[in-house]
Amino acid sequence: MPERSGVEVRLENLQRRYGAVVALDDLSLTIAPGELVALLGPSGCGKTTALRLLAGLEDADGGRVVIGGEDVTGLPANRRNIGMVFQAYSLFPHMVAWENVAFGLQMRGVGLAERKKRAIDVLELVGLSRFANRYASQMSGGQQQRVALARALAISPQVLLLDEPLSALDAKVRARLRDEIRRVQLDIGITTLFVTHDQEEALAIADRVGVMQSGKIEQLGPPTEIYSRPASPFVAEFVGLTNRIPGEVKFGAVEVRGTQLPMVQKDVPSGPAVALVRPEAITITSNGDMSSGPLVGTVIAVAFLGATSRVTVDLGDITVLAQLATSAATDHPAGSKVKLALRPDPVLVDSHN
Amino acid sequence: MAAVRRGVQGTRRLKLQVFRIIVFVAAGLFFLVPIGAMVEFSTRGVGDQPRTLAAWQSIGTYPDLVAAITASLELAAITTIAMLVLLVPTMVWVRLKLPRLNPIIEFICLLPLTIPAIVLVVGLFPIYNWMGTNFSDSILTLSIAYVVLVLPYAYRSLEAGLASIDVKTLTEAARSLGAGWFTVMWRIIVPNISSAILNSAFLSVALVLGEYTIANNLLYNNLQVEIAMLGRANAGVSIAVAVASLLFAFVVLVLLSFFNRGRGRLQLVELQQVMRTERG
Amino acid sequence: MTIAGAPAITTSAGRPVGGRRLPLDWLGAVPFLVYVAIFLFLPTAIIVGGSVLDANGSLTLVNFAHLSRDYIVKTTLNTIGLSAVTALAGATFGALLAYAIAVGNREGLVRRLTLSVSGVLAQFGGVTLAFAFIATIGPAGFLYLWLAQHHADIYAHSLWLFELPGVALVYLYFQIPLMVLVFLPALDGIKPQWREATESLGGGTWHYWRYVAGPLLAPAFLGATLLLFANAFSAYATVNALINQGQPVISQQISGALSGEVGTFEPGFAKAIAVEMVIIVTAVTVLYSLLQRRTSRWLQ
Repeated sequence: MPERSGVEVRLENLQRRYGAVVALDDLSLTIAPGELVALLGPSGCGKTTALRLLAGLEDADGGRVVIGGEDVTGLPANRRNIGMVFQAYSLFPHMVAWENVAFGLQMRGVGLAERKKRAIDVLELVGLSRFANRYASQMSGGQQQRVALARALAISPQVLLLDEPLSALDAKVRARLRDEIRRVQLDIGITTLFVTHDQEEALAIADRVGVMQSGKIEQLGPPTEIYSRPASPFVAEFVGLTNRIPGEVKFGAVEVRGTQLPMVQKDVPSGPAVALVRPEAITITSNGDMSSGPLVGTVIAVAFLGATSRVTVDLGDITVLAQLATSAATDHPAGSKVKLALRPDPVLVDSHN
Repeated sequence: MAAVRRGVQGTRRLKLQVFRIIVFVAAGLFFLVPIGAMVEFSTRGVGDQPRTLAAWQSIGTYPDLVAAITASLELAAITTIAMLVLLVPTMVWVRLKLPRLNPIIEFICLLPLTIPAIVLVVGLFPIYNWMGTNFSDSILTLSIAYVVLVLPYAYRSLEAGLASIDVKTLTEAARSLGAGWFTVMWRIIVPNISSAILNSAFLSVALVLGEYTIANNLLYNNLQVEIAMLGRANAGVSIAVAVASLLFAFVVLVLLSFFNRGRGRLQLVELQQVMRTERG
Repeated sequence: MTIAGAPAITTSAGRPVGGRRLPLDWLGAVPFLVYVAIFLFLPTAIIVGGSVLDANGSLTLVNFAHLSRDYIVKTTLNTIGLSAVTALAGATFGALLAYAIAVGNREGLVRRLTLSVSGVLAQFGGVTLAFAFIATIGPAGFLYLWLAQHHADIYAHSLWLFELPGVALVYLYFQIPLMVLVFLPALDGIKPQWREATESLGGGTWHYWRYVAGPLLAPAFLGATLLLFANAFSAYATVNALINQGQPVISQQISGALSGEVGTFEPGFAKAIAVEMVIIVTAVTVLYSLLQRRTSRWLQ
């Protein structure tokens, strides 16, 4: 069984350039022992680059990588004692599952009988011990990734690195496997860096999420904080759904379609701006004049999501999304006229568009 | 300010680049020097005299050579047309009406790849004897055998082309609008597989121009046979002809890739398959 | 028969769907099948049949017995040796060249250029190729002359260009590009993740080649070598342009026996040698396709 291992991982002022393109711009991140940090962002934001620099698969142009107190910046990947799970295709096709899992042990000189036994133990950990003699081509995508995880863990690494491990899988498999990965990670207590572009994944399993853009971390914090208190418009729009509703900033608040809303930011200049409103902050009301007004419109579509439903409403000049309890949404099917209300929660304001 | 460090990966990349340079230079020398030597050889002046194109210019003065060049060009044309007329309708028909025959056709077309030309000619010898006495012993009858040689390459090229269009739907649409079979073939199918046709045509031309074994053993004097014979007497001229045929192929290749941007790579891979037969 | 008003989509014979349509459809394939029957299958039958018939037309194995003649055995061994040497050498150098191409940018200029050059060289037939080498290192070739001027007479012992060693050198000229063509797809099939996974698991370059890339590429390499062998074994034009006397390779023996057949000296002999060649080439090709299947399973 892989031992409990939790070491601190530090990325200090990492720089990485590809010609004129800056992939990482002075990136610093500390991962506590046993913590799972997810790096989240769109393609090209640098999250994969950060992971590969940590792995040693690419050289940094500047900065340091410290694992368990040891500066490993100059070390090649094969001397860093890391475990890595790739997005796809990483299992060796000419080896069966247990041989794949045992490979790292083979590199460390462990004897055949011993490493076979340990490999099967780790496969048991991910629930695939009966697949030990199967080839990658005989397994589904989800099973292959579980074997890849077992392979990474078999060598008892100090850090576990996952490079978009679920992106190539079907939606249903993705959800199950993501929980499985988290379960194993918590079980073993290994420090983990998880890279993804899927915000649902990141929010679901991480202890902290780092939202990245253009080589920098825009916000680092627990999932709830990222979601409900986004630090910037980019984070607000990348994580969760957001309505962009034009309004005007005056007297320290933003007026949006007749409603005054407090702002998250402090020093926003007066003038036109866009308020970022979450769908959950929009409700359907039956107060006041229902025939006309800036928040009166027609329902275009209702998306049934189980306990809640997402209602798309056409307000004439813009379209907004409201998320309501399904019981409230059923009274307003597509085509019906509704009046919306905005909850008086503080909103982020984007004045730079 | 971050200093640029080379690091482990950088070193590895550097070593790889050095390796590549060495390999490409060595390969470049090995493959290009003989071609350069041919140009050099065919442009030598007598004694101390400067470089001259005399050998090139004298090509026209060798009647046998001119006849052989003409014959080979004619053979290339006839073989290509015969191959297209034989294969394209058959392949389309099989696709539409006899899909179960497809594996058999494929097998037959790939068979010549496993039969060396020198072996095939042994079986063709009596057939050509018979044809010579009963029909014609013109060199142009070689094209009949050449079509067989060309089958594998032409088939694969045309098959790729046909697979990329929906032959069935196009045909049914055309037929429902009143087109006869000839119209369907000529005005619907052929234009849509034009690049595959051009590709297979070029493969045929290249193969026919480079063919030696069958012509030699059936005692015909095509281009390659003539070059070989002439080479014993006047090396300069025969080498000049060889370079000329290389240039010709190069020009056609460039023209072809002009017509087929993007598919260029596919053709060249097919083209290299040609090397496999006419080695011998 | 069409129903009034319905579109007239009928078969070429004008009959309704179902029923007796099949026989007429087969007519479409007939021209091709007849052509192939006469000019591909008939020659094959002539070879196989003729090899077991003697001058009187009765069945005999004497032609095959003649295959044990000294000079035939020697020639066969010569040809096997020549093919094996050029296959191994071509495979090794070709694999190196293919590797140099594969690690480059897949859309890059170098790759397209190298493949284009190969495309042109593909037109290089046996005769023209032999002459190219004669023009380079033949007795009047510029390279030979230059070396001789610097006291390096490469023909001091024998005029080896016009013997089997020379033939082997010339064969490399098409064996190497053929190797690149056949082996490059396998190299392309090596996923970069395997290298990275090996590294992340503690393996260095040697481990990678010994345990991962080596075993994965071995079937492709072996298969390609076999293909090169078959290619060299069946070659005729190149060696015929270089060696006029003695006929040291099997294909030339076939040619010689064939012209001997004109006087019905030994009618079935050329055919018997041809059968021998086909058996060897086919066996090698079958082995190649078996190895190819494993390669494509791992590396497509």
